[in-house]
Amino acid sequence: YAQGVGTVSGRILDEKNEGMPGVTVLIEGTTFGGSTNSDGTFSIQGVPAGQHTLVMSFVGYTTRRQTIAVTAGQNTTVAPTALAENTTLLNEAVVVGYGTQRRQDLTGAVEQISEKQFVKGQVTNPEQLVQGKVAGVQITTGGGAPGAGSQILIRGGSSLSASNSPLIIIDGVPVDNTGLAGASNPLSLINPNDIESITVLKDASSTAIYGVRASNGVILVTTKKGVQGDTFHVNVSTQQSLATVAKYADVLSADEFRRLTQERGTASQLSTLGTANTDWQKEIYRTAYTADNNVSISGSAGPVPYRVSGGYLAQQGLLKNNDLKRYSGAISLTPVLLNGNLRATINLKGSWIDNNFSNQGAVGAAVAFDPTQPVRVNGSEGNPSGLSPGQLGTYGGYTEFANLDKDGNLVLNTLAPRNPVGLINQRRDRSTVKRSIGNIQLDYKLPFLTGLSANVNLGYDIQRGDGTTFVPANAGSDFNRQGLNNNYSQDLNNSLLEAYAKYERTLGIGRLELLAGYSYQKFENRTYVFNNYRADRSIFEPVSLSYTGQDTYLNRNVLVGFYGRLNYNIADKYLFTGTFRADGTSRFSPDHFGYFPSGAFAWRVKGEDFLKNSEAISELKVRLGYGQTGQQDLGGNYYPFLANLTYGSLTAQYQLGDTFYRTLRSDQYNPNITWETTTTYNAGIDYGFFGGRFYGSVDVYKRDTRDLLNFVNIPALSGLSNAGTFNVGSLTNKGIEVIANVDAVKGDDFNVTVNGNLTYNQNRITKLNTVSSANDVGNLTGGIAGGAGNTIQVNSVGYAAQSFYVNQQVYGANGKPLEGVYVDRNGDGSINSSDRYRYKSARPDYIIGGGANLSYRGANLAFTLRSNIGNYVYNNRASEAFYDQSTTGFVVNRNREVLRSNFNSAQYFSDYFVENASFLRMENVTLGYNFGELVRKGTNLSLSFAVQNVFLITKYNGIDPEIYNAGTAGAPATVGIDNAIYPRPRTFTVGLNLGI
Amino acid sequence: CTKDLDQLPDYSANAEVVYRDPAQIQQVLARLYATFAISGQTGPAGLPDITGIDEGFSNYLRQYWQLQEITTDEAVLGWNDGNLPSVNTLQWNADNEFVRATYDRIYYEIALCNEFIRQTSDAKLSDRGISGAEAGNVRTYRAEARLLRALCYWHAIDLFGGGPFATEEAAIGTYPTYKTRAEIFSYVDTELKALDTEGLLLAPRSVYARADKGVLWTLMTKLYLNAQVYTGTERYTDAITYANKVLQAGYTLSPSYANLFLADNNKTAARNEIILPITFDGTRTKTYGGMTFLVHAAVGRAVTPVSAGINGGWSGTRAKQNLPSLFTSATDTRRNLFFTTAQNPNVDTLTAFSSGTLVTKYRNVTSTGVAGSDTEGNFPDTDFPMFRLPDVQLMYAEAVLRGGAGGSNSQALTYVNAVRARSSATPLTTLTLNDILDERGRELFWEGHRRTDLIRFGKYTTGYNWPFKGGVRAGRDVETTRVLFPLPNTDIVANPNLAGRQNPGY
Repeated sequence: YAQGVGTVSGRILDEKNEGMPGVTVLIEGTTFGGSTNSDGTFSIQGVPAGQHTLVMSFVGYTTRRQTIAVTAGQNTTVAPTALAENTTLLNEAVVVGYGTQRRQDLTGAVEQISEKQFVKGQVTNPEQLVQGKVAGVQITTGGGAPGAGSQILIRGGSSLSASNSPLIIIDGVPVDNTGLAGASNPLSLINPNDIESITVLKDASSTAIYGVRASNGVILVTTKKGVQGDTFHVNVSTQQSLATVAKYADVLSADEFRRLTQERGTASQLSTLGTANTDWQKEIYRTAYTADNNVSISGSAGPVPYRVSGGYLAQQGLLKNNDLKRYSGAISLTPVLLNGNLRATINLKGSWIDNNFSNQGAVGAAVAFDPTQPVRVNGSEGNPSGLSPGQLGTYGGYTEFANLDKDGNLVLNTLAPRNPVGLINQRRDRSTVKRSIGNIQLDYKLPFLTGLSANVNLGYDIQRGDGTTFVPANAGSDFNRQGLNNNYSQDLNNSLLEAYAKYERTLGIGRLELLAGYSYQKFENRTYVFNNYRADRSIFEPVSLSYTGQDTYLNRNVLVGFYGRLNYNIADKYLFTGTFRADGTSRFSPDHFGYFPSGAFAWRVKGEDFLKNSEAISELKVRLGYGQTGQQDLGGNYYPFLANLTYGSLTAQYQLGDTFYRTLRSDQYNPNITWETTTTYNAGIDYGFFGGRFYGSVDVYKRDTRDLLNFVNIPALSGLSNAGTFNVGSLTNKGIEVIANVDAVKGDDFNVTVNGNLTYNQNRITKLNTVSSANDVGNLTGGIAGGAGNTIQVNSVGYAAQSFYVNQQVYGANGKPLEGVYVDRNGDGSINSSDRYRYKSARPDYIIGGGANLSYRGANLAFTLRSNIGNYVYNNRASEAFYDQSTTGFVVNRNREVLRSNFNSAQYFSDYFVENASFLRMENVTLGYNFGELVRKGTNLSLSFAVQNVFLITKYNGIDPEIYNAGTAGAPATVGIDNAIYPRPRTFTVGLNLGI
Repeated sequence: CTKDLDQLPDYSANAEVVYRDPAQIQQVLARLYATFAISGQTGPAGLPDITGIDEGFSNYLRQYWQLQEITTDEAVLGWNDGNLPSVNTLQWNADNEFVRATYDRIYYEIALCNEFIRQTSDAKLSDRGISGAEAGNVRTYRAEARLLRALCYWHAIDLFGGGPFATEEAAIGTYPTYKTRAEIFSYVDTELKALDTEGLLLAPRSVYARADKGVLWTLMTKLYLNAQVYTGTERYTDAITYANKVLQAGYTLSPSYANLFLADNNKTAARNEIILPITFDGTRTKTYGGMTFLVHAAVGRAVTPVSAGINGGWSGTRAKQNLPSLFTSATDTRRNLFFTTAQNPNVDTLTAFSSGTLVTKYRNVTSTGVAGSDTEGNFPDTDFPMFRLPDVQLMYAEAVLRGGAGGSNSQALTYVNAVRARSSATPLTTLTLNDILDERGRELFWEGHRRTDLIRFGKYTTGYNWPFKGGVRAGRDVETTRVLFPLPNTDIVANPNLAGRQNPGY
């Protein structure tokens, strides 16, 4: 031994107490060091005697430091040291478009949420797993019905008339966003328990590889897989929940309603009042019970890792007669063959949902129906004795408003609300929806050229929706047509072929990765049409067959793409990414193709020598990205370029002479229609401090969309309608996203992690029409209840999309709004629609999400909070609460608002009803205990208790400030207009998980 | 595989297929008529023709009727829908959605007609192998499309004055030019005369509801009677010329006035009086506009739905007190269509359905009292008489009184008294112009003529008032520019050729 030097040796272990090979072990401040060998041991020779710090590091694991005293001529043995996996996981594989990347190599704005971070408790739809977890992503569920659809908006949404939904890809299969008949949410057919991670691609450098479908971001869902060489595992879990109504709509009680009618009603209105005290909301809602049971087995059969799972969800809705049963199964096989040169991935998922929809019309009817009337009246069908003359009838046993005609026959009052309990009990509305998604992906390392591999992916996504609705002939809701007994049916077939080649090699001073591929996807949407039947199955309206005489309407959308990507990594410090995609769609013709480039650069400052060994700064990376993405999704508008004639239905015929003709209408079309383009600029910083205990990222972005696929007014006589879809207008989204994670307490027993994300987004329309005019109000949107065809929102230049368009209310000295008195904003001396102004919007300025996870040994407490700030809601429930009842033979109940504003007549356009709907919601709190290896070694038992929708803090007066109405064929989706929302429940869940 | 990008639907057709088959060409023609009745291709609602307004509201007849009736002394529509109140009060502006919907409907129909005429040119017919008698039929269809187009241009100049103009010669996608009221008048004049000369239209009364020569001559009469308003030059002699052609075409008065507005008016003697109906059917022609609106909106309070053959009233339309006060003859049976039980006869509030006389003119029951064919009671069978004989008889009399040549005062009095006698009103012995206006009010009330009539008689904006005219309960004079509606801002913004062309006062 040299003078004054000694040896240091030891062993490094992983979390399973097995030796970790390849760990870098260094004496800090020296060049002495090496790496561990295959059993995790190391030995460092020639270390100068004295006090030293030993640094043990391995990518993806938390670096450990230990003080050692080296004695000359001796071997200092360090006790076996375990390295813990680093939660920042810089080399964690992050799923990106067509492959995975190490987190530290990412150049774009990509956020991956894995199972550990998912929202826990009663989560039955996949998107709810990440609600409040991802910066820049706003997820609003469409209410509390089981399987309800959600609006997912990434960075504010880039479109106006076209879809604002992100592209969702499940295990490599881009899935169909089209609504399926009988399914309220196509994602609800995926069992969240099978999901391992959800990755959100937000900026163009990460999304542009998906070209014409990527403008609203991309969500990549990865399901769980078996692990090579793993032993056989069985996991059984069950969750049992009770859901309760968190808040009822604030309507007058029977006594309050009686008092109001006595004060302000006419004699004839008073005479319609009954003597009952019915709380209609209590009559239609219930405490709902849900069971979610899952079992999975996984392991590796020789070279074939496998995972097989099954799930059964039985979820009741708060609304009586509303439930969902989901049977789901998934198989994944991930064999590695031919000496590791061929990796195959086979995924097969299937689900079957039986829906029982109840009649959601009851939600609104329960608010409006006169609370002084009884649910049921006794006696035979018709006008029972002892009730106000001619005002009430009994229809299938339920009270309904009716009149007596001159011959003494009972005639239903069709303008009155229908009995809410009758609506529910007299309608059977069931559907069965099935979905299967599967793919086989082969990745083959080509033997003749090192670094070259070929990847083929064949996939499908098939959905079937079939439903029946039945209402008996004596039910009030469909009495005049003698009930209904109808069917509906829809098939969605989506097939996929992807093929790409990848080439990786060291080139010059860096590592080069090239990828080039081809993609073909076909979506087929087949709708069946049926006769419209009465309850007794006699035909009420015969089916209108298609032009070609068929009972089906088939629409197709084909997408063909060619894409390439180049990654160049210099010394893990300078990272370049360039992508290009040429995308063709059948929606535009004859010029199908659009071209979408992107480029990004990242500088991983942490990789530089001056930061390499810094503990204080554990990660620092600067990212810059630019790119273009497209939009072609016009929903049901499959052939916007085509000069078509549409065949009229049998109910839209026209009589000439004594003949009725089914007519042929020349339709509006746009031969020049093309894709809209979004250009995204993104700059971001990924940071980590204090040994990785405080980490996250900050991104700023600007997204400019031009050539908007916009449904705009067209000059009279220049087309075949008054409006059509044209590439007109532009809009901008600007924003900041901040993500912060703190490992606040880190110990052997007690750990606290806190995470938070904040998004600021500003949405502005910058151009709407070909001709700019000061007179242009913009495009009115946002239909409301009350009157016919009234709208409350507008898209105008200089304002956020869907800004409220209202009259400015004038208030009296007592602070109460003065009925019908508005500010004459244009000063022309009269108050009318020209005095309406743009006031706030349904879009939040800030979206904040966060949570914490506290664990002490086996116990665990986690919660998730969400908050939107600066979002407004038009309280349509309140604006319908005016006294004037221009009705005959019945009166309708009112929201308690009628007592506050005292409005006598409708004031639909008052800004008084646009309310600040900022809120803070505790989405979930979970308390769990992990009993660990209770049964025998290798097993695990855990128990959890969770509450969903724990509390809600808001100034908003309605039942819930988060409003999204998915809309129907006849009524487009609306945002921020509170009509009759199916209440979101407060849910209490007990869960048990056993792993063997 | 990029060939798969060329996708076409098999359930709809394109021009190359449809216009090769005369039967399908007739189905396209039927659609040109249907625009007046329905609002889209899926009755009662769905696949709408135009957007930006509730589909039922957007219906041609409903909108046209509203602008012609609720802006006058005859009717009020007391709902709070959007800017509807300002239509009642003559305070509309260029953002009014009802004004816009009327405009959009008129020009939509013109665009449909242009496309039909373009696709059925002689050259295209021979290209597509249609010849002989079939080609002759299609030429008749084409003449009908031209007549319907002219009818719509007449609506346009009557309501809006000048406006955008295009014929089949302008390709789709081009900005139409602006033409003044006089220019469009001149075009319509020339076009109608050409149709008369070419003689391709069907003879009067040969097929119910087709736009035949009787319709052509009636439209010409209307155009010339109002020429003074449209162009500043009177054409009363021309009005008499074409009125005479109609009057000699064999139309006869229905013995019953009430039957003209009932569910079987396409079958009873009423049919012989109707020159051009808009046809409706409870199961086959469904809409929330048109006759559905006219029947339902008038029902409420003591007028029971059953009496109108429907399932429920909408409590919307009532008569202003000016209308019943026109009926000075005690024996006049036309007054039987007014309903006053429990109603305040005066319109004291705009929105209360109790305020004003109810009108039971349009009903979905037959002349024998049977409800219409829709068992659900939503959609009436009743056809709307757009043009009928007494209108022409009264136009003849008016043109004579206004000094037109080719008619006589005695014949004028005979026609007026024939109209009155049918409803047991006492005969008139002399005729003044004012008698004509009042008789038109009595005979043709709520049939979509009133605004045009009041303007022709100089009583629309000033000198004659009715409740809530100008927004005050007693009524007041309004700006004389209210005789025209504004061109909607939506079109001024969309079409650069309309810049600076807004009607005065807006």
